[in-house]
Amino acid sequence: MAEQDWGTNKRAFAAVSLPTLFWVVAFFLVPMAIVWLYSFGENRGLTDIDISGTLDNYKRATEWLYVTIFAKSFAVAALVTLICLIVGFPVAMAITFASEKWRPWLLLGIMLPFWTNLLIRTYALMMLLGTQGFANKGLGLLWGGASWVKTLVGLEPLPTWEPVELLFNNFAVVFGLVYVHLPFMVLPLYAALDRLDRSLIEASLDLGAGHFRTIMRIVVPLAAPGIVAGVMITLIPALGAYLTPDLMGGTDSQMIANVIERQFKKANDWPFGAALSFLLIYAMFILIALQSLRRKVPEVR
Amino acid sequence: MALFARAARAPLEYSRTLWMRLWVGAVMVFLYAPLAVLMIFSFNDSKRNVVWRGFTTKYYEKALSNDQLVEALVNSLAIAALATLASLVIGTLAAIMLWRFRFPLKGIVDGTVSLPIIVPEICLGVAFLMFFAAVDWPTDLIWPFNLGAITIAHITFCFPFVTMVVRSRLASFNREQEEAAKDLGASEWQVFRDVLIPHIKPALVAGALLAFTLSLDDFVITYFTSGPDTITFPVKVYSMVRFSVTPEVNAASTLLIILTVVLTFIALKLQGVKAIADTH
Repeated sequence: MAEQDWGTNKRAFAAVSLPTLFWVVAFFLVPMAIVWLYSFGENRGLTDIDISGTLDNYKRATEWLYVTIFAKSFAVAALVTLICLIVGFPVAMAITFASEKWRPWLLLGIMLPFWTNLLIRTYALMMLLGTQGFANKGLGLLWGGASWVKTLVGLEPLPTWEPVELLFNNFAVVFGLVYVHLPFMVLPLYAALDRLDRSLIEASLDLGAGHFRTIMRIVVPLAAPGIVAGVMITLIPALGAYLTPDLMGGTDSQMIANVIERQFKKANDWPFGAALSFLLIYAMFILIALQSLRRKVPEVR
Repeated sequence: MALFARAARAPLEYSRTLWMRLWVGAVMVFLYAPLAVLMIFSFNDSKRNVVWRGFTTKYYEKALSNDQLVEALVNSLAIAALATLASLVIGTLAAIMLWRFRFPLKGIVDGTVSLPIIVPEICLGVAFLMFFAAVDWPTDLIWPFNLGAITIAHITFCFPFVTMVVRSRLASFNREQEEAAKDLGASEWQVFRDVLIPHIKPALVAGALLAFTLSLDDFVITYFTSGPDTITFPVKVYSMVRFSVTPEVNAASTLLIILTVVLTFIALKLQGVKAIADTH
């Protein structure tokens, strides 16, 4: 449908565009520009910041410590995305091929946690994983069971169960991020699978391919845009995650967002924090650019 | 769902295979078990949350008589309501602008409007901290005006979601309806009010729900923009979780979970599951 040229109806255009443009400029672009400018500044005294055009903040960000934190954040986010994809794909398949009666409820089941407060979900997980939590009790029961089985066959019983620390380490961070981001992955996967032409799957099965082969050779390539979308929607927030590593991580599971926060709340080094923020934003842009490159390939073929 | 299917399974009925059902069941347990435990233990009569010592509602009384917590909850709801209202207006106008008009630099404007969705929360939080410091935003206003800074920040990250939802709904609008209305003598404003708005109403409900929950949910951006007198619910819960884990937090969390569920079901009543699902 043809779009209207803005010049033909200036009053209507002004009415719809001015509030939006004002808001975006005043309360998004200007704040971002301030961060960008400060990233070229240096601290002069406690509250005084001089924007001197120095590149020292960026130079400092290339120090080994910060490079490893960036690399670690990427690794954690990539691992979380991979686990979400493996766990979420069968769920999305199940929702797609569920009966009309069940599909909405399964979808709702995935979406309800997505709408529940992130902090509450993280806290709930912390309760479960704590040394006194149910996860530890379950492991303790298994341990006791194993010990009992050993005495049955005449071996020495295992030493008594010591609760393990499931929280405050890298495992907890990955576990927590998967818990929080799983719905992000399932919903776009479902959207892509739902659009799939089912006769192609039937054809593949009729021609003798097994279910697994059909999924790998037919479903996955056809659902590729949805998979890429799901990966991006999971990877980007996981990369910038603050709350989960802060509450569930230990001293060595800091991610980039925690380092940025520290520059503002404790270290009081705003210019360096601003530089790190912009490096994170640039990383996002690179990821998105890679995705749009990927999207163009099928058109060329 | 009958676990053992009676009729033979058709090839594409993947969700009727046993292992698929087990997988989905396990994922649902994974998603809901922590929340269920949290809610159950809010009724536990024990200071340390781990062993069941009997049913009590005293932590609800405690949470509801904790002035700071109640104030934080009221602040959160007020911010969410204001941010939702403003996001609906700005988001809808932005969607109409991008859908209806052709104008110079449209690609850049389009990209910029959806940028707040992509920029990591931590960066947006930092940006607002610096922005409000740079413009010397007054911090000693009376309630509810002291919530202005947080509300502004929330509107910025909520309205692009409204734009997204409304825009996908506008794509199905039949412009002939608009032309018919104009031929019958409707003014630009009447077309907007009586033709366009009714068409996008489902998207407005979905967008409002999305904006409200996003605002209510937000911790990181609020953490950077809130002052000592403007605590929101997530910020308050965060400080409680940091210092000590008490059943009071469970009670307050349970109340908020129930609120979320109720809101969701209201939206479902108005829209049906399918329409809500389509917006994601």
